[in-house]
Amino acid sequence: MAGRDWNPLRRVLALPNESRAKTIFMAFLVSGLCAAMVSGATVWLRPIQAANRAAEEQARIAALVAGIPGMGALLEQSGGALSTVVIDLAGGRAAAEVTSATLEDALADPGNWTALETGQDLAGLGQRPDFVQIYLLRDGDRVSLVLLPISGQGYGGRIDAIMALQGDMNTVAGLAVTNHSETPGLGGRIEESAWQASFPGTELRDDGKTLRFRVARGTASTVHEVDGITGATRTGLGVTKMVRFWMGPEGYGPLLDAITRGEF
Amino acid sequence: MPARFNVWTTLTDPLIRQNPVTLQILGICSALAVTTSLATALTMSVSLTVVLTLAAGVISLIRRHIPDTIRLIVQIVIVASLVIVIDQVLQAWFAEISKALSVYVGLITTNCLVLGRTEAYARHHAPLPAMLDAFGNGLGYSLVLMVIGGLRELFGKGALFGVQVLPLADQGGWFTPLNLMLLAPSAFFLLGFLVWTVRALLPDQAEAREHTPPLAREPAE
Repeated sequence: MAGRDWNPLRRVLALPNESRAKTIFMAFLVSGLCAAMVSGATVWLRPIQAANRAAEEQARIAALVAGIPGMGALLEQSGGALSTVVIDLAGGRAAAEVTSATLEDALADPGNWTALETGQDLAGLGQRPDFVQIYLLRDGDRVSLVLLPISGQGYGGRIDAIMALQGDMNTVAGLAVTNHSETPGLGGRIEESAWQASFPGTELRDDGKTLRFRVARGTASTVHEVDGITGATRTGLGVTKMVRFWMGPEGYGPLLDAITRGEF
Repeated sequence: MPARFNVWTTLTDPLIRQNPVTLQILGICSALAVTTSLATALTMSVSLTVVLTLAAGVISLIRRHIPDTIRLIVQIVIVASLVIVIDQVLQAWFAEISKALSVYVGLITTNCLVLGRTEAYARHHAPLPAMLDAFGNGLGYSLVLMVIGGLRELFGKGALFGVQVLPLADQGGWFTPLNLMLLAPSAFFLLGFLVWTVRALLPDQAEAREHTPPLAREPAE
């Protein structure tokens, strides 16, 4: 027999498998190693995934714009590109100090977020950024199309989308869902172009300027509704609230008013 | 360790003779869900084979030190971590296919095939044979997925790996796609036919009858 082994690792491993100390040791060892492996992979791969998502979002914006009738011609007139503007949500105008390049840093500062009270917080976000990057298309000196990123709580998690509005700031030109975690086959169908195809032409407000947009239960019956998805009532409700929040006074409302008055 | 370890039979037995899907009917949930096209079936097969082989290797390495009381949870934690890593890799480099597979990569964790092999084989064998056995089982699973995926894509879309093989009727050809092939029930039918074929060719795989039918009696006078 060898003398007493002073290496603590070997001493633990030499314990009988059934002993409590070894059971606990093995549990911590395995979970520690697995946690290290999972975190390592996540941290290492995150930049690549982020780049993928950004590329996908760009592709969706391109597809969204391409799907709007008459937009191809307009795009060519304006040099084939949308202009990017960072806006100040509360003021409804272009942000003075923040640009696209510094937006990420600005949003890292909690001071640039506004907490939402329960009554205002239709989309279930808790807080909203003060600055948002939007995309604009100008025809002469008036705005002919805006692409507005919106987000809100769905059934399975946050839904991120981009809503395109025509020059009157009331008619929806299209919607593209960029990110969601709804149930595949039910709420997950919001990412299908067949569902998104019911958005163009929908009007947000009635003549009295009240927001009327909603996702219908079943088939759309008025000009303010889009078709609902069977089995995805909560997802539809989430989309309704998200659109109403972002098009309302706490969201892009001030901006939309400014554009309608021709001040933007 | 078994008395004699045969590399070749360990690797090839699970292909048909001991196929985990057609003989043991393990892991069919994902086999049915991801076989609408060959590309997703192939990605799923590769992911499962990699996870299964690595899990078998890791569990076999520490097999003498896994306390019996927590052995299942230790195995599941190892399998689940590997699955998360694979899922992250897919999201990074195969974003499109990762979208198509949606939740099913994550569900490899609960695939009974993986736990079945680690529990039944890797826990009692040295790393190399355990990994070989796992790899063979992964190949057996892959074979079934590729056969079903190939049939479904061929008859459902007239294509293989996205390349049009049969000219479609609406593009001037003669082939009208069978939409049923793209729906879940067709995978059940195909898997059923596959199991039937294999068991017809290899009768020793057929299970014993659970009931013997009663003898037909002469009708009473």
